[in-house]
Amino acid sequence: MDAIQNTALVNYCIALGDDSLTLGHRLSEWCSKGPFLEEDLALSNVALDFIGRARMFYAHAAELEGRGRSEDDIAYLRDCREYRNFLINELPNGDFGFTMARQLMVDVYDTGFFTGLMQSAEPQLAAIAAKAVKESRYHLRRSEEWIKRLGDGTGESHARVQNAFNQLWGYAAEMFEMTADEQLLLEAGIAVDRAGLQSDWDAKMHAVLEESTLDIPAADWTIGGGREGRHSEHLGYLLAELQFLQRAYPGQEW
Amino acid sequence: MKQQSRPLFEVFVRSKRGLDHRHVGSLHAEDPEQALEYARDVYLRRSEGVSLWVVRSTDITASLESDVDSFLDPMDDKDYRHATHYKLPDEVDNM
Repeated sequence: MDAIQNTALVNYCIALGDDSLTLGHRLSEWCSKGPFLEEDLALSNVALDFIGRARMFYAHAAELEGRGRSEDDIAYLRDCREYRNFLINELPNGDFGFTMARQLMVDVYDTGFFTGLMQSAEPQLAAIAAKAVKESRYHLRRSEEWIKRLGDGTGESHARVQNAFNQLWGYAAEMFEMTADEQLLLEAGIAVDRAGLQSDWDAKMHAVLEESTLDIPAADWTIGGGREGRHSEHLGYLLAELQFLQRAYPGQEW
Repeated sequence: MKQQSRPLFEVFVRSKRGLDHRHVGSLHAEDPEQALEYARDVYLRRSEGVSLWVVRSTDITASLESDVDSFLDPMDDKDYRHATHYKLPDEVDNM
């Protein structure tokens, strides 16, 4: 593997770690605030799955990079512009319906993406994907059930979750836009062709929304930029909380 | 969300293949499918089992504490229902 490809792979791992860490952090914000005890535990379990993934991707990036950075350095010592996550992952939780609508969109994407990544020519990525895809199938089972319950539930729950999808819909576009780095890795059989995941994603989302008596939101706006480090205002606040301890007390451990 | 709208379920876990399901606790859920998902998150987080049962608590018919006199006590004085009641011939060393 040449240096250019190695740098592309490090960036690829970091971006995947960033997707997992930002969403894992958002989900962890539900801890002790869930609608009831069982759901609180389930949400926290899902949050931990995502944080576990972030650790695996960062640790692998650190190893490939070989510059002595640790997974913690990557998580705690980068600022907003260096984060490469999709914007959908950093959005505040909103109400429970919004959290679950976002989760469904991400879970449908993740099951497709990790199924593809299992075929990666890079064995460590394939191994992480094999573990992640099992988790995501379970996450999807949960988010799909919840959207059906909420969409086909009361007038209030239907209106809230419909409103959530309307607000979120345009964030899906960047999940299917390849970066130059990824294109390079795709040619080497390492990366997943994300553009190719969209038709399955559309089909699944349409099927679930229809069964949930929800309308497919109009596809008349999109927003992106996460993979280039252009973020919403929300990521700064998220990182301020996530990174506070390491920024205030560098190297602190317990 | 109204707590009373979610019925109580009892959770049973089979810890290994070949063993029986054992009662491990209970939880609230809207329906059996959701109860099964929550049982996974509440009781199997540390690989405690290979199979789960959930059953509505109201579907369990239980013996009553107040019935104990007529229902369970009469078994206490019937030694002959235990194998140990019978004297074994000396030729049978181990039973």
